[in-house]
Amino acid sequence: MEIARHWRQRGARYRLEGQRSRSTGAVRFPAQPPALGEELNEWELVTLSGRGEIYSFSVIRQAPDGYDAFTPYPVALVRLAEGPLVSAQLTDCAEGDLAIGQSVEMATRLLVDGGADDVLVYGYKFRPTIQ
Amino acid sequence: MRPTRPVGVVGYGVYVPRYRIAAKEIARLWTDGQGGVPVDAKSVPGPDEDTITMSIEAARNALARAGVPAERLSAVWIGSESHPYSVKPSGTVVAEALGAAPWVSAADFEFACKAGTEALTAGMALVGSGMADYALAIGADTAQSRPGDALEYTASAGAGAFIIGPATEALATIDATVSYATDTPDFYRRAERPYPVHGNRFTGEPAYFHQIQSAARRLLDDLGKVASDFTYAIFHQPNAKFPQAVAKRLGFSDAQIAPGLLSPQIGNTYSGAALVGLGATLDVAQPGDTIFVTSYGSGAGSDAYALTVTEGILERRGRAPLTEAYLRRQVFVDYGVYVKWVGKLVMG
Repeated sequence: MEIARHWRQRGARYRLEGQRSRSTGAVRFPAQPPALGEELNEWELVTLSGRGEIYSFSVIRQAPDGYDAFTPYPVALVRLAEGPLVSAQLTDCAEGDLAIGQSVEMATRLLVDGGADDVLVYGYKFRPTIQ
Repeated sequence: MRPTRPVGVVGYGVYVPRYRIAAKEIARLWTDGQGGVPVDAKSVPGPDEDTITMSIEAARNALARAGVPAERLSAVWIGSESHPYSVKPSGTVVAEALGAAPWVSAADFEFACKAGTEALTAGMALVGSGMADYALAIGADTAQSRPGDALEYTASAGAGAFIIGPATEALATIDATVSYATDTPDFYRRAERPYPVHGNRFTGEPAYFHQIQSAARRLLDDLGKVASDFTYAIFHQPNAKFPQAVAKRLGFSDAQIAPGLLSPQIGNTYSGAALVGLGATLDVAQPGDTIFVTSYGSGAGSDAYALTVTEGILERRGRAPLTEAYLRRQVFVDYGVYVKWVGKLVMG
């Protein structure tokens, strides 16, 4: 059980909360602490749109512990509309539905259920765009 | 009942999972395919979906239509009989995901299939009293059913989310409501039990029909109206037959209930049922149309509402996927995949 770690990541996982540079407008995800020598308020929190496209994808058939119930499931690198590249599970789709360059959108789903005495971990996945 | 300050729906959103199982596929396992089935198919939650995730998506659709920032919500209230935790509010996760936390009332409601409309009535009171400007009420369920039981053909998954706000900003005003509740144990689940039990035929006349007819007739009397005064009507839909039968008894036509009658395609979404039906009806309604809604929850009781659609619907409807978009993407699974995903396999 890693409650504190999951709790710290809730902004990024639930809402795709990243950061935007006040000086250049560049967007990064997930949020990071300021670099040495950088202005403390250089990066402001920004909630990303959740829209993007598939940069690359693969299919997991032999899953790590806790993910067996989902197999086979696709994972992808998604190029977000704001620029960052994120790795995430895809959901509501099968391998045959997918293509590089395809439009996807974020959905908040159950990431992992560690068992009856653990917390339920929710976070972002991506799926083919509905609208 | 009417609030001191007039209120209405400023945004609504629906969510239905992508997966379906045909009722005939369930009958293949348990009755050798013989006999009738109560619906054609029901929605099935994917392996990563539950009441919390479905609530989040329905609520995001409602926020998109309302055009209201999430931090202006004063309440995130979720009615369900399938909250993922027994202790730890679904409302906290949903409020955090929407961006409504931390200055928000987050709570879970429970009243079998009408827990969602309980939250709606409470939201009307919060906004209608002037305590807050916006309250989010959600009805969502991933309903449980014992393998082979009559409920297994219909117990499905879906969510409806409604943001209550001042009537002046509404896409549909909520003109009046009534609530009716009696101790009628037609369906229940004891603590620690995985599946509910029901009273078979007892779930009909003294339960579903009596509560809905009592609430609906009282609201019509209070308003001095009759069924034909309304453009559309929605009734709780545990199967295909009951809502059509109760509509007929109350004087509503097949055409009035058609846009909101989804149970033949997706089964009974429990706390979502009346609200998803209302969402699907708002998807096609025009300014000036009037809508009559009556929920039903076992145990038992009904909430009834009268709404009037405003000009606001025209601009806001298209800001989020219509119910039809969720119904259209259906993918059928077999009974084996279904039992794996909904946790009916004992894994040892």
